[in-house]
Formats: sequence, C-alpha cells, structure tokens
Amino acid sequence: MSNAYTTVIGLEVHVQLATHSKLFCRCSTQFGAEPNTQTCPVCIGMPGTLPVMNRQAYQLALRTAVALNCDIPEFTKWDRKQYYYPDLPKGYQISQYDLPMSDDGFLEIADAKDRFEPKRVRIIRAHLEEDAGKSIHDEAAGKADSEIDLNRTGTPLLEIVSQPDMRSAAEARAYLEEMKLLLTYIGVSDCNMQEGSLRCDANVNLHLDHEGESIATPIVEIKNLNSFRAVERAIEYEAARQYKEWQENSEPPKARQKYLARPKQTRGWDDAAGVTRAQREKEESSDYRYFPDPDLAPVITKGDEVQAVREALPELPAALRERLGEDYGLGTYDADVLVNQGRALVDYYLAVADGSGDPKAACNWVTQDVLRVLKDQESTIDQFGVSAENLAGLVKAIDDGQLPSSRAREAFEVMLADGSAVDAAITKLGIEQVDESALEDLCRELLAANPKIVADVQDGKQQAVGALIGQAKKKNPNADPALVRQICLKLIGEGV
Amino acid sequence: MSLADLTASELLDTLGRGEASAVEAAREYLALIEQRDGDIGSYLRVDAEGALAQAAEVDRKREAGEELGPLAGLPVAVKDVLCDSAGATTCASRMLEQFHPPYDATVVAKLKAADAVLLGRLNMDEFAMGGSTENSAFQVTRNPWDRGRTPGGSSGGSAACVAAGLAPLAVGTDTGGSIRQPAGLCGVVGLKPTYGRVSRYGLVAFASSLDQVGPMARTVRDAALLLEAIAGHDPHDATSLEEPVPQYAATLDKPLEGLRLGVVKEHYGAGLDGEVESAVRAAIAQYESLGAEVREISLPHSKYAVATYYVIAPSEASSNLARYDGVHYGYRTDQTKMVAELAAERKALSDAGDEAGLAQLDTALVRMYRKTRAEGFGPEVKRRIMLGTYALSAGYYDAYYLKALKVRRLIRQDFDAAFEQVDLIASPVTAAPAFKLGEMVDDPLAMYLVDLYTVSANLAGIPGISVPCGFNTAGLPIGLQLLAPPLKEARLLRGAHMYQQATDWHQRRPAFSATPSE
Repeated sequence: MSNAYTTVIGLEVHVQLATHSKLFCRCSTQFGAEPNTQTCPVCIGMPGTLPVMNRQAYQLALRTAVALNCDIPEFTKWDRKQYYYPDLPKGYQISQYDLPMSDDGFLEIADAKDRFEPKRVRIIRAHLEEDAGKSIHDEAAGKADSEIDLNRTGTPLLEIVSQPDMRSAAEARAYLEEMKLLLTYIGVSDCNMQEGSLRCDANVNLHLDHEGESIATPIVEIKNLNSFRAVERAIEYEAARQYKEWQENSEPPKARQKYLARPKQTRGWDDAAGVTRAQREKEESSDYRYFPDPDLAPVITKGDEVQAVREALPELPAALRERLGEDYGLGTYDADVLVNQGRALVDYYLAVADGSGDPKAACNWVTQDVLRVLKDQESTIDQFGVSAENLAGLVKAIDDGQLPSSRAREAFEVMLADGSAVDAAITKLGIEQVDESALEDLCRELLAANPKIVADVQDGKQQAVGALIGQAKKKNPNADPALVRQICLKLIGEGV
Repeated sequence: MSLADLTASELLDTLGRGEASAVEAAREYLALIEQRDGDIGSYLRVDAEGALAQAAEVDRKREAGEELGPLAGLPVAVKDVLCDSAGATTCASRMLEQFHPPYDATVVAKLKAADAVLLGRLNMDEFAMGGSTENSAFQVTRNPWDRGRTPGGSSGGSAACVAAGLAPLAVGTDTGGSIRQPAGLCGVVGLKPTYGRVSRYGLVAFASSLDQVGPMARTVRDAALLLEAIAGHDPHDATSLEEPVPQYAATLDKPLEGLRLGVVKEHYGAGLDGEVESAVRAAIAQYESLGAEVREISLPHSKYAVATYYVIAPSEASSNLARYDGVHYGYRTDQTKMVAELAAERKALSDAGDEAGLAQLDTALVRMYRKTRAEGFGPEVKRRIMLGTYALSAGYYDAYYLKALKVRRLIRQDFDAAFEQVDLIASPVTAAPAFKLGEMVDDPLAMYLVDLYTVSANLAGIPGISVPCGFNTAGLPIGLQLLAPPLKEARLLRGAHMYQQATDWHQRRPAFSATPSE
C-alpha cells in the first residue's frame, strides 16, 4: 500500500514577524488586546491615509531570507492584491507579486529517528505582506452576524513558499519544526501557532504509476491547520482520501481524464472530526488584479547590506548540531534534543560542558535532570535554580571524586532548592570522603553482626550482601555502596 | 477699500501692522460668501463659527505678543478632499456624505499650524474626477465670469471661490490638471507642485501616483505664500520628497535673467481655439519683450498623454476606491430593504425551481457591496472604476497598464530632454475658454480631451502653474500654463510673477450685483 503512490507536499508558511509595530503604521502588534483597540486611520484604511514601511519588519524579513539561503534581489517592490472582504478594509492587501524580496533558498531537514533520509527542501520565495483582520462569524443564533477585529490588520507577515519537495507527513512536520527552530534562533518570530504567528497551508497531491504512465492527482490546498500535529494528520488523511478518490475515478479513461483535469481545490481541515472538507470557492478569487502600490517606494537592498546581515546571523541550528557532534562528541540524538530546546538551553549546556570539562556528563545532566525539572516546573532555562557554573561544579566534583555519584542527585536537589554551589551542598549534606580502613572496620562490624548473610554469600548467594549495603548507609551515609559491597565480598572471601 | 479687495499678501501685511483684525477680515469674507455664493456655489459648507473662533485666537495671540504662523489671520478655503477632523470630508460624494475623518490631512494641519483661518469646504467633481465640477453629488458651481458656464474642475469650487473674491487663498488638488484648468477658466492663479513636494497624507486618493495638492490665489505672490506654508517633507507620506522648502515669496521679485522659454510645437494644432492661441502667443511675446529667448521644442510623446493618463489614473482609482464598500464607514445601502429584496428573489427562483439561478444569487454580503457602490457613487466615478478594473484585469494588464507605464516614462524623458534646452515651457492651459454647463456631460470623451495640455505634467511629476493671460471677446478668462523641471517651483513662480508684473489680467474682477442673490 505504501508503495502504491508517492505523496507530494509543498508548504506555504506565514510567519508573523516580531516587530513592535505594524508593517505600515505605528500600531502595536501585541496579541490579545480588546478587539479594535490597536488600530489607527492607516491600518483601518481611512480615506486619505498612506502606508509607510516599517524598516524593522524589512530587516527581520531580510534576516530570515538570508538564513533560509535565499537570493536577495537588489530591487523589490510592493504590490496591491485586490479582493473584497469585510476584514480587508482597504479592499486590497499590500503584498509582493512578481518581484519578491527574496527567492530560491532551501532548508535542510533530518530525522533523529531515521524515518527519512536527510534532505534539502527548496524554497521558491519568501515575501513580505500585511495581514488582514479577523472575521468572527456568529452563526449560532441563526442571525449570521459577523464581527470584525482589525487589531491584526497590517501586522507584518513573511510568506515562505516551499517547492513540493516533501514526500511524507513526517517530512512536512520536520520542515515546520526546523523552520520554527530557525526562526526562533534568529529571533524574527515567536512562532506561536495558537496566537497565529506561525500559520501553514499544505499543498498535497499524489504521484503514482498507472499502467506504466506517471499520474499526478489534482493538487489540494489544505487550510485551517492549527498545529504541527494537525499538519501531519491532515496530510495523512488527505493522501489516503486522494488515493481512494483516484481509485474511484481511474476507470474508465474518460472519468480518469476528467478527474485529472480538475483544477486545484481548497479543503479545510476539521481537527475534531479528523477530516478535510471542500471549502466554498471565494468570489472572483482568480483575478487579484495585482499592480505596483503607488504609495510606496521600491526597496533597494545592496549586496553589502545582505553580506552584513549574513555576517550578523547567529549560529543556526544545523551548524550548532554539527558543532555539538564534532567539538563535544555528542551523538545526533543528544545534539538534537539540546538544539531543539532553543539557543538558551544550548548556551546553558555549553557553559556546563566547558566549565566541567566533561561534555558527555554535562549532556546527561542537562538532557535528563535539568529538562525533567524544567518540565515539572513548567519553566524555562533562564528561570532555572542551578546556574550553569554550579552545575559544572557538580559535574567536576563527581569527576574529581569529591562527590560520590551515589549522592550527586541529593546534592543537585539541594543546589536546586537554595541555589548553592556544590561545595555548600556537600557540606550541608555532610558528605565526606570515608577512609577505606574506616569502611573496612564498618564492614567487619556488619559481617560479625550478620552471620546468616555471611553464610548465604558463602553458599553462592552473592546478592545477599545487598542487605548489608543498606545497613552501612544507615550507619554512615557517606559510605559508597559499591565499595561496601566490594569490601564485604572480599572479607567474606578471605573467610573473616 | 475693503479687506476682501486686498491680495492675501497685502492682507497679511495689514493684519501684521494691526490696521485690521483677523476677525474683521473673516467677517468680511463670511459676509461676501453670504451675499455671493448663492449664485456661485463654490462652498459646500461654510464654517463661520470655526473661522471666527480661529480668527479670534489669532488676534488674541497677536495682542499677547505670541509667535504667529506665516498665514496668521489669512482666510483660506479648502477643497473638500483633504481630511479635516473638524467636520465632514465628503469628496462631493454621497459615499462620504456623513464621513467625519478622525484625523487632519498634513496640509490641513500645516494650515492650522500656520494660523490660517479656515472658512469652509469647497465643491469639486466627485472624488476629483472630472473637469467641470458637474460631477459633484451635491451642487453645481458656476463660473463667476459667466454663470451659465463651468468653472472647470475638479477644483472648480476652489477656482470659482477665489475668482469671486470669496477667499483670498484656496487649496486645490491636481491629478490631471484639476488645479490649473479651473484656474485658467476662472482667471486665477493655480499651481500644481512637483509630485512629492506637498504631502498627500490625508488627501483622499484618486490616482496616487499623480495627485498633488497646490495653492490657488489671485496673484503669483499669494500662491507662493500658500505653497511655502503647505510644502515640505512628511514622514507620513513615503512619496514625499526630503528636500528643504525654499523661501518662494522672498525670491519672487528677482526676475529670471536670460530666461529660455520653450514653446511646444505639438501644442498648436487643430482644436486650439483661435482667441486662446492669440492670447498665449501674446503672452509669449510679452516674455520676449522682457528679455526671454523663445525656443521651439518638441514633446513627441505628448499626443499619447491623455490616453496614457486615462489608463493609469482610472487603474489607480479603481484600487483606491475599493475601500468604499459600506462595511466600515461611509454610505451603506438600506439593509432591511436589501435583505427583503434578496429574500424575494430567492423565493421567486425557488418557486420557479431555478437551481442555477439560486446558485448564482448574491450572498447578502455581495449584494450589500453591489448596492452600496451602485447607490453611493456617481456615474463618472463608476465609469473610471470600470475602466481601471478592466485595465488591471488578467489578460489586459500588459496591453493597458504596463504599456501606459512605459509611455509615461517616455513622456517624462521628453521633458528631461526639453529642459536641457529651456528653463520653462509655456503653453495654453486649455484649448478653449470655459464651456457651458451641461455642454459636455453626455460626452465623457470630449471632457477627457480637455486635459490635453495639463496631464503631461502629472505624468512627468513636474510642477506647472496657470496664470491669467487675457480674455476672449465674450469676456471669458484665458490661462497661460508654465511648466518647470522637478522641484523648480521657485523658478516657476519667478517666471509667472515676472509676467504678472508686466500685465494686469490678474487684477480684473468679475461683476457682482450689490444686493444679495436669491
């Protein structure tokens, strides 16, 4: 079944850029304000108003395009995309049509779980545009009233269009996750899907062989994808649906021709029902009558400006993963876990690894203990109670033998609770090195008091010695369990 | 002599010397408007209360020795297309009849900051589309020189108002000649600045790449005074130029030495009225007698200017006017009626079992759009929206809009080349003096051709001025147009002032009966 067809996927991602103000006016872009409170005559399209480009938005778009390996043409312009809708107050959206600010880039994706081969997803173009408002349809009361919130109108969006290079829902998800990670790393967007700052439409169709002929089923654009999970599910659903549809329409040849000639369709994802449904086509959506916006000057971006943006880019996730592998000896999985948590956690890790000189132990502590606590506390690394310096001290203390690994977790808990350094935690827990001869005395004492255990061990039940370890810990919390076990067995062996 | 007989510059001096108060000047103008404007119809709304309050404030400031703006106490009237938060801005359209802008256009804000006294709002062709002011949804404006004739348009209210002495200064806008043409037909001075010289912020857009705001006055000196007050870079307008504003009025009296005056050979062909041609040629001769050298030049693409203009301007207009959809502000069709109508249509289709008809039936939203726009716009506005929508449609864009942009570039290059040989270009403003009201309302194409001499300046973005240069035998004013290279308004004004110093056409006034009309 999985070989019957190939799923071909292209994604259109809309990213809300993290500017303070809108693309063509000074209104705030803050999410969640009372409806229609973040508006001004410009963004609500009052007669006589004019747009003025927000340089910051352009800079963020440029940074993104460069990070996505796009070409940046020297000349770009603004176009009006014209259609009527109540949440589009000017009757047109300012966008970019034939000369976008960037084109021809790529994003590399890989899967730590090896479900697909690493690949390069090509990016056709990335262009800037203003967002429309939000229509809130209240059809429940049967009155079909609609309300419009223009707070979002004019918010800067970067539309990133990929080539149809993805072949599975897993690849599509990986593309989105890598895209989100990249955008977060370069600080251009908060990528919050719930708040709509990252939106995605998927174009899906199937390629299959029919009696030796290559067939491409009609492309379907899926909208209303509100989470990465939804993208995955919708693509899987849609591929199966299209395959079924193909099977129903593949014969006779006339039906097949008719089916294959069908124009691109738009379907909406119903997350609760887990299905896509055909959407009603928008009126006159075919001709947007694009033309250059006469209110805005073209934007000229020189090569040296692009170079400066490129040089100012922070280390990107892909490069960081590579560095963690090469310089810190981390495996793909660990590097992925760290990098996917965001730059702040990676920085924390790097500080622990560098400070302790033990990158592997540092990785274990960060990916296991630190992440567990962060998850439990629902907090982020910048709020974490153990500083990188202190955690490095802990790793070092273990490596130096100053802190028995058996008590390291206790020390960590103390450090987490009061923010202390490892030395203070060691003191507080009364941890001290136990002299081997003192330990031997303790073991002798225990063996003398437990002849039954000695007998069991002599009968070959080595595990019986475990009970002694517990007793030793009670008498001296610093007793190293492994050592206790070793000494006891030795003494019994010697026939003591 | 009454205060209203003074030019703006003279009035400013009189007020400055304390020989009269701003309130007195405002009162005098308000009285004249009361007396005369019933005949003329230049004002859509007069703001007597607001004007007197502003005038009183200027007088108070003067008395208190506070700093005063450059137009302190001067009455100014504004075309009803520039947003003013003090009241309505209608663009002479039903669509915006009840529209009260929440903000001031930059030009209006500058006038207020200059301590001008804003008398009221002037009639115009709806959304500035037209050349006779007959496209106003509200009233007819009459030419003060012949009440049966048009004042021109679209700034017909502004031109008629100044010609009738109902304001010393008026603000107009010019997209294809809408300042210069009515100025020429009403015998006043009207200047269209370089594109980007005056902010368009708050100017309700007709054709964004062509629209400019400019001064209208009785004399070149007054026009210079007003231009200086409204020009300048505006951060709210990305197309406004970041060039300092010269002191136009201060350099005005310096004549242009060695002036090279261009005369365009393509301008004197069939269709040019004989009396207009004589007056313009006489004006050119006047320049020669003032020492100018006259050179014949060619603007080979000027014959395409009107066609080019009537692709570009409606294209932009179709987009700019899309926002008037009845959703957020402005006119909206009667909803109850509309919903009932739609329900009746649905029932009829359903009773007839017409499935196809039902599928085609408008949604309530689409019907609201249709009816709102059908009822809110007048015929000329609709005509241009349709022209522009057509020109921008898929399959036609390249043949119309893109081609027009290319010709526009050629027209601009014609001027660049011409201004290498000459300093100013002289031409008629219109091919004929003011036509009769109603004469061309059924012939839109003939109306479009009225823009023949003026549209090129908008397409090229260069400044142009219209100054009175004579009267025909019927006593109708004739205008002379001067054009200058981009940002050479100072040169343009000096050239025009030179001519006014040597002639007295601008001093003639139309006759008014002494008693109030009606």
